[in-house]
Amino acid sequence: MTASTPHTASTAYTDYATGAPVVDTKAPQGPIAERWDTRRFEAKLVNPANRRKQTVIVVGTGLAGGAAGATLAEQGYRVVQFCYQDSPRRAHSIAAQGGINAAKNYRNDGDSVHRLFYDTVKGGDFRARESNVHRLAQVSVEIIDQCVAQGVPFAREYGGLLDTRSFGGVQVSRTFYARGQTGQQLLLGAYQALSRQIAAGNVEMHPRTEMLDLIVVDGRARGIVARDLVTGRIGTYFADAVVLASGGYGNVFYLSTNAMNSNATAVWRAHRRGAYFANPCFTQIHPTCIPRTGEHQSKLTLMSESLRNDGRIWVPKAKGDARAPRDIPEDERDYYLERIYPSFGNLVPRDIASRAAKNVCDEGRGVGPGGQGVYLDFADAIARMGRKAVEAKYGNLFDMYARITDEDPYEVPMRIYPAVHYTMGGLWVDYDLQTTVPGLFAIGEANFSDHGANRLGASALMQGLADGYFVLPSTINDYLARNPHKDEVGGDHPEAVAAVRETEERLARLLAVDGDRTPDSFHREIGELMWEYCGMARTDAGLRKALARIPEIREEFWRRIKVPGTGEEFNQSLEKANRIVDYLELAELMCLDALHRAESCGGHFREESQTADGEAARRDEAFSYAAAWEFTGTGEAPALHKEDLVFEYVHPTQRSYA
Amino acid sequence: MKLTLRVWRQKNAGAEGAMSTYEVDGIAKDMSFLEMLDTLNESLILSGEDPVAFDHDCREGICGACSLVINGEAHGPERTTTCQLHMRSFSDGDTIDIEPWRASAFPVVKDLVVDRSAFDRIIESGGYITAPTGSAPEAHATAVPKPAADFAFEHAECIGCGACVAACPNGSAMLFTSAKVNHLNVLPQGAPERGSRVLDMVGQMDSEGFGGCTLAGECATACPKGIPLFSITRMNREFVRAARKRG
Repeated sequence: MTASTPHTASTAYTDYATGAPVVDTKAPQGPIAERWDTRRFEAKLVNPANRRKQTVIVVGTGLAGGAAGATLAEQGYRVVQFCYQDSPRRAHSIAAQGGINAAKNYRNDGDSVHRLFYDTVKGGDFRARESNVHRLAQVSVEIIDQCVAQGVPFAREYGGLLDTRSFGGVQVSRTFYARGQTGQQLLLGAYQALSRQIAAGNVEMHPRTEMLDLIVVDGRARGIVARDLVTGRIGTYFADAVVLASGGYGNVFYLSTNAMNSNATAVWRAHRRGAYFANPCFTQIHPTCIPRTGEHQSKLTLMSESLRNDGRIWVPKAKGDARAPRDIPEDERDYYLERIYPSFGNLVPRDIASRAAKNVCDEGRGVGPGGQGVYLDFADAIARMGRKAVEAKYGNLFDMYARITDEDPYEVPMRIYPAVHYTMGGLWVDYDLQTTVPGLFAIGEANFSDHGANRLGASALMQGLADGYFVLPSTINDYLARNPHKDEVGGDHPEAVAAVRETEERLARLLAVDGDRTPDSFHREIGELMWEYCGMARTDAGLRKALARIPEIREEFWRRIKVPGTGEEFNQSLEKANRIVDYLELAELMCLDALHRAESCGGHFREESQTADGEAARRDEAFSYAAAWEFTGTGEAPALHKEDLVFEYVHPTQRSYA
Repeated sequence: MKLTLRVWRQKNAGAEGAMSTYEVDGIAKDMSFLEMLDTLNESLILSGEDPVAFDHDCREGICGACSLVINGEAHGPERTTTCQLHMRSFSDGDTIDIEPWRASAFPVVKDLVVDRSAFDRIIESGGYITAPTGSAPEAHATAVPKPAADFAFEHAECIGCGACVAACPNGSAMLFTSAKVNHLNVLPQGAPERGSRVLDMVGQMDSEGFGGCTLAGECATACPKGIPLFSITRMNREFVRAARKRG
């Protein structure tokens, strides 16, 4: 890419080279419905007697990691598992509300594996790999069986059978749920299965221990460097394969619906050690979150988008109209979604609803503190259905809203605003979920595998559990069988010594600066920059501005950061600061990826690439590929490797919701 | 708002702890309690002091990490998690005491952070259904009557925060343990391990140093998820039934 701005650090960064394409060598050919069987048959197996000699490290205990750790241990492998939380039960999968999709067709409403596959490829705006998505749809059916057997208390009908609902605008009812706490219940199922294996001595669990680097020996992932968050001790752990199930990187934006401590360090350190990072700019921004109330805001809370089924979204027609919402007469309100998208109205997809909210707020018509909000009004629904019916349907969400905002949504319209919610991008993986570093696997939100440029509702839980229970435990066998346990690698290996030294130096440097700015102040700054320029709508000029600014923030960070205490103790400021070091590099790659992808697709909207009526214009002729980036050094231009996407079964079409 | 905070400070598990007093100013009503502590910590860092350590993560009331005793009450004056408590529950000029969970089975790690791994070991002792991946029958093979499913869900809502233990005058973990026993024991899938589950989990609970239950009921009052007190009596029934069978 040629850069037009004067020579700065960012110009050098944008001057990337295009390397050899990446090819998924593991995806079988042949009819798509047979590929997963084919791969499982072709994969080599490890003799049960040999499994206990092989160790697998699993980082993270969410749906993907918890399921994988339990399943690998059941198979007879020795598992060493890590989470930064005080208990594996607290991973952020726990906060997922809506549900989990599965092509059970219990409703006899025309659902099938193929339809779930089709919906997911289309919903991903044709930027996902067909083979992977089809497998996900196939496996979805087994997930429900597995979870029910574990005692997950899904919602049931009076006849005792499982209830389902339709979700995220699809026309079939394929979403299984446990009230508004589906993620919690699925996670506890995985946690309990994992606990059984911990008790049996098959899983060595390290809670409050955070992975800080990957150890690569002779080109293969052989271990990790991790810090005991209580004592500060930095240790090395070795294995025959390493699995990253460390979640997404939405916290780059500071404010998101992620947990406070969700972070990108495990995947970013793996990236620095050779794992390609794919489609980092694909982030999902959810339209129905509770707006921020002020500078002190530390995180954002999502409300289920089912609210859009009955609520009407509007803002005042006039800029800066400060009247109370009930004092604004009907003809001075702009129900903008209904106006712009008459056929879909308030039910347009997540990205469109989010962008439209941003547009009206940018025009100065936003409501609430700072003008960063739009109304979601239930007055008509209450008049039509009665307050009782609204309460029955949305009562828990209304209560949650009232608790946080101290406003009664039955009387006053809710205020909502979009927030970062999920990252579709992640470590590049092949069909086996293996990264470009042999022996390093990535599962769940940590990989880029299944959602393309946009994820459908209730599909994150499906993917996490599919990867953890069924896909990885099958595919990792092949790697372990082909790389039988041989040489013991220990803490004295030069690669391990070097990785530990680098980690120790990084932490020591953070502690030594003794500047005048807190870790949070830098996190907030980079987050605001990303939200502004790499958020809901992106432009060439804006992204270049961000790319020029990020190295400056990084430089300032290393000059002014203040981390109290020492490294040899429980030190939450040090944990935070160290995560920000990685955000300051990842943010740069996200902006570059967004800059290079001069098309709009899914959650990635480039203002330059719109149709005549202002809708996202995808450019298949130039961008029908996954962008896998190779790290070459901090602030150095990464190398781009393209994986061409081939659509044999779902023909790419342009979305339209007008 | 301007507030006086009296916070438990303890360098590590082995150190002596004490209450320290801090003034915070400019606290907004809309802040969550943890955002108020963030504000305190930002100023402590800048003045070169060690910020107050506390556990927190999702800040949506579901992960169960946050764990503060506020003015003597687990999770403070409202029936919710600390992260969902807002400063509008307090008034300008208030003095607020902030302490960690107090229970001998939950040793302090640092300041307001405690070690709740005893809960994990109770689950490990039997809080699961043995169903190895791949072995599951078709989900609709066994219908579960809706009342049983709803009962299971009601108990499965426990977030493992430990407020029940902190609130109990005896430091008992009966509500936590009974929630999991009842969740799994009522389901047909949980029936084969029904007896061993309750005996093993109660045995583990006792060995962790939690106190005995005198049905004071403080646990159910403090529980942010509304696990009912009858959960305990119901588990006692399960226990007696299993103990008799075992003989």
